[in-house]
Amino acid sequence: MDLQSETIEKIDKLVPRYPTMKSAALPLCHLVQEDQGYLSKEAMVWIADRLDLQPINIMELVTFYPMLRTEPTGRHHIRVCRTLPCALAGAYQTCKKLEEAFNCKVGHTSADGEVTLEYVECHADCGKAPVVMVGEDEYTNITPESAEEFATKLKNGAL
Amino acid sequence: MEHQQHRLIFKHIDEPGYTNDIDCYIKHGGYEQLKKAVTMKPEDICAEVLESGVRGRGGAGFPAGMKWKFLDRKSGKPIYLVCNCDESEPGTFKDREIVHQDPHQLIEGMMCSAFAIQAKLAFIYIRGEFFQGYKILERAIEEAREKNLLGDNILGSGYSCDIIVHRGAGAYICGEETGLIESIEGNRANPRIKPPYFPAALGLYQCPTIVNNVETLCDVKHIIEMGGKGFSEIGTPGNTGTRIWCVSGHVQKPGYYEFPCSAVTLGELIYDVCGGLKPGRKLKAVIPGGSSAKILRADERFTGKLKDGTEFDWGIEDIPMDFDSLMAVGSMSGSGGVIVMDDTTDMVEALANINYFYAHESCGQCTPCREGVPWMRKVTQRMVDGNAREEDADLLKNIADQIAGRTICAFGEAASWPVQSFIAKFKDEFVEKAREQAARRKDGKEAATETTLI
Repeated sequence: MDLQSETIEKIDKLVPRYPTMKSAALPLCHLVQEDQGYLSKEAMVWIADRLDLQPINIMELVTFYPMLRTEPTGRHHIRVCRTLPCALAGAYQTCKKLEEAFNCKVGHTSADGEVTLEYVECHADCGKAPVVMVGEDEYTNITPESAEEFATKLKNGAL
Repeated sequence: MEHQQHRLIFKHIDEPGYTNDIDCYIKHGGYEQLKKAVTMKPEDICAEVLESGVRGRGGAGFPAGMKWKFLDRKSGKPIYLVCNCDESEPGTFKDREIVHQDPHQLIEGMMCSAFAIQAKLAFIYIRGEFFQGYKILERAIEEAREKNLLGDNILGSGYSCDIIVHRGAGAYICGEETGLIESIEGNRANPRIKPPYFPAALGLYQCPTIVNNVETLCDVKHIIEMGGKGFSEIGTPGNTGTRIWCVSGHVQKPGYYEFPCSAVTLGELIYDVCGGLKPGRKLKAVIPGGSSAKILRADERFTGKLKDGTEFDWGIEDIPMDFDSLMAVGSMSGSGGVIVMDDTTDMVEALANINYFYAHESCGQCTPCREGVPWMRKVTQRMVDGNAREEDADLLKNIADQIAGRTICAFGEAASWPVQSFIAKFKDEFVEKAREQAARRKDGKEAATETTLI
């Protein structure tokens, strides 16, 4: 495992704060995923070793929590909320526009590896629906009417 | 008519010039209540919280003071405090603003609460999608630590307690308190059965644990400031304090609005506060407390008796926004997420959307929920895909009836209530959908029409 020294530092600081080692399992999944982009089998085994656990203890988390990934995403990871308040504001039509703009079906990564487009569930900002996340950043009021402009800005690095 | 908000928790939210750092917070009188709290007897703070009557803001509406009273203090085991910041009930978006704009209010509320229950360690369980919120809280905690407002020997009181911010990873079930505890322990968030696993007795690491919502913990700060009695004078008896109503869906001005409990009716909230519906539209239905709450139909008449014996006869617009009134009309105030739907809404699609959510989020532990909820999703998906059957409404109700009450946690109800209430109130639309599709098929057209909500 080739983790950045910064990640190792964070891990070493975090583990002793918890009353039990196992409690650090989910935070470590986050840290390793942020470092590597996803959680490979090797990464899961590494986390298990670090916490004196069995690999299955990590795999069962990775298969349970939707945010943990076993495959890398495209350069931009776009998450469109599709839950009711966003849907009432047009999230499904927004997503259709994004599919067209990036030539990428929802649930997939575009052929050029530029974007991964996904539906996700409620992000708790329903007053500014539809909500779209790109990586760690949240964008609100991405209506079907403004979706195209949003996509263009993202492509041009102008977001 | 103008309805003045009464902002207690959201006093500084969106205030120009108000920043989320500790200096700004202290400049606005921050941490004075913690200074006061550590000079009080812990049991006196608990008594104030009980007297305040504050009910949990996370969904169930259980009196927080009572929850604290159940805490097993004699076990000799360490006590934990957990802040539920998973905010995942669709339609709810209040905790996000507190974390982003006023994180120190939460930390102060938490440290007051931690001192009151004499917690050894506190956690904030924050949903994984709040990337910025996580960073803001981490920074705020370091700021507070530097000023000795948390950590060792807080303000020289001899009491020590730290806060760990623990990130979730996208699972709705972590909002259920025992699922949340499992998640902190490093497991899948499968909820525990109560009894025996009431967190107040056997919670985190099998130790006595109090789990409270973000807003509830913020309330504690204000209870210390104004006293339990003072707090209880806001709102009405049994429905004390303010509530932040998060309004989304088909209104002109969606957003968060804080009022004393019972101060506005649902009609006032929609038409006066949120600017009403879009021109030419009519109200069709409202889900008043997050997507799990039972739906209310715009033309319903609600009659019955309140807890205190007063009789009521309300239209949807007359319902006072508080815990007991919404319960009396067969729904709940839940987490305060009010989802408004106008007459352009296809109710079959809306339910298909909700069912998709719950099918995605079932933890899979109990058979009725693991099998039943995806089954309901399949049925509503089939209906919107052009293969609706006239008997589908009855089938959906039948499945839902067999899930509710037969699962370890309340998710079973959360997933069943929308189905039961949609069918009870909009069955005609479900049947009509099947007939319409049959007619289109007869005309040689494609049975499915374009959908907007799924």
